[in-house]
Amino acid sequence: MTNVTTPADAPPMEGRPVPLLDASTRPYWEATLRGELLVQECPECDHRQFYPRQICVECGAVPGWLTTGGKGVVHTFSVVRQNGAFPFNQWTPYAVAMVELDEGPRIMGNVIGCEVDEVRIGMRVEVDFVPLNDEAALPFWRPAG
Amino acid sequence: MVDRTPVIAGIGLSDCPKAPHLDAVGHHVLAAQRALADCGLAKSEIDGFMCAQGDFAQPDNAGTMAEILGINPRYFDGTAVGGSSFELHVQHAAAAIRAGLCDNVLIVYGSDLYTQSGTNPGFGAKKPGEAVPGVLQFEAPWGNSLIGAYAMAAQRHMHEYGTTSEQLAAIAVACRTHAALNPNAQYRKPMTIEDVVNSRMIADPLHLLDCCVVSDGGGAVIVTTAERARDLRQPPVYVLGAASAQTHWNISQMPDYTRTGAERSGKEAFAQAGLTPDDVDTVQLYDSFTITALLMLEDLGFCKKGEGGPFAASGALQLGGALPLNTDGGALSSCHPGMRGIFLLIEATRQLRGQGGEAQVEGAEVALACGSGGWLSAMGTVILGKDKA
Repeated sequence: MTNVTTPADAPPMEGRPVPLLDASTRPYWEATLRGELLVQECPECDHRQFYPRQICVECGAVPGWLTTGGKGVVHTFSVVRQNGAFPFNQWTPYAVAMVELDEGPRIMGNVIGCEVDEVRIGMRVEVDFVPLNDEAALPFWRPAG
Repeated sequence: MVDRTPVIAGIGLSDCPKAPHLDAVGHHVLAAQRALADCGLAKSEIDGFMCAQGDFAQPDNAGTMAEILGINPRYFDGTAVGGSSFELHVQHAAAAIRAGLCDNVLIVYGSDLYTQSGTNPGFGAKKPGEAVPGVLQFEAPWGNSLIGAYAMAAQRHMHEYGTTSEQLAAIAVACRTHAALNPNAQYRKPMTIEDVVNSRMIADPLHLLDCCVVSDGGGAVIVTTAERARDLRQPPVYVLGAASAQTHWNISQMPDYTRTGAERSGKEAFAQAGLTPDDVDTVQLYDSFTITALLMLEDLGFCKKGEGGPFAASGALQLGGALPLNTDGGALSSCHPGMRGIFLLIEATRQLRGQGGEAQVEGAEVALACGSGGWLSAMGTVILGKDKA
């Protein structure tokens, strides 16, 4: 079971698409249950990448893992105000950002803990995991304190 | 010596932009029939077939479409990279024709997206709470919409270059101005910059009128040799350059949200043609969203990186300007059944034949079509000429 706890302002999980774990992605999702955010790092060329896959996109070697500090900046984002697809149609408006981690790679996620109109490019954010199921917690992002 | 220079000899549109009497297969068939009739080539002469429906579960999948049409090609291409597939098809058709692998290529597309509206669950999860495989397990949980993906590029462009909503809106207004001249355009009522920026926000910073329309429609293009085209009904339109480039597929992997592969595909296509952006008389750019066309204007070299906003606002993109854009009204106002690339080629060809009607660009000799597939991912650039070089 997960070590992470549900924050008071956690977004709803009901009906949200969930990850289908595979050999490449299982270590990443298992780490979320420990409250850790991983990216891949290549033992041959030191290239870092996200999402997890079987190959280093730079040199072709088999990547290893790096535990990040879970902090970064909003590189770009949008506030989704209309989405016809359930369950997201109930949750608009919400902010979807590309967060550039301090370690380099970018990761997509929702920014919570502030008004959607307060989200800005360059804003510092930190990860907050919300328990999803027995296999994964979902990383959300909130303004860094 | 047989002149194997590739030319577009035939074009055809199905019934657009709303056609409840046609399904996707029907759009393919009608467009193909009309393209054959346009040039006078017999169906039995088609020995190259290209179609972008890669899903075998669909009734219009590429193999089945050839079978339905009664075409048994010796050269087959099912390249499916979204809206730019047809620009890539022209690239492949031109190479295959030059190499002697085939003589007469039919490129065909059709979709009943408008009529089927509301039945498409979108990308990622097909039903609520579904487990999503592959890379989309890192996007689907966050509810980003298709529009939200393009909005991320617009947001970053505004941040880096100070581009404004009003400048983006100028692209939508130019397209609407041209749509007013096209009896088959879906939306023809004149529109202002204010109308665009005051329309409701869908995904910041993209408003409703920054987004393409949803249509039914189909199109077909026949590519053949300059030699064969001599005996056909229409003046040939020469394929002067055709190139493609992919930088990523999923939006979370876009390396630079303000630059697309059109930088590479454009450079290569211009080099093949021996031309520069200054030589182009009209552009047909995939305007899935206003930002899509703006990025292409910069990436193709019609203005410097970051200056797309002022360039769009200058009036250059309207008929009478230096570079009329999307003279049929584009995806923003005329027709967008899901993958628009074929329509870019058809409108560019009409312009070079002098068949542009009220939207004819006077003296048009060189036209550029640029498609975008995926999420600003796979770009295809085709440069067409009224003359051989």
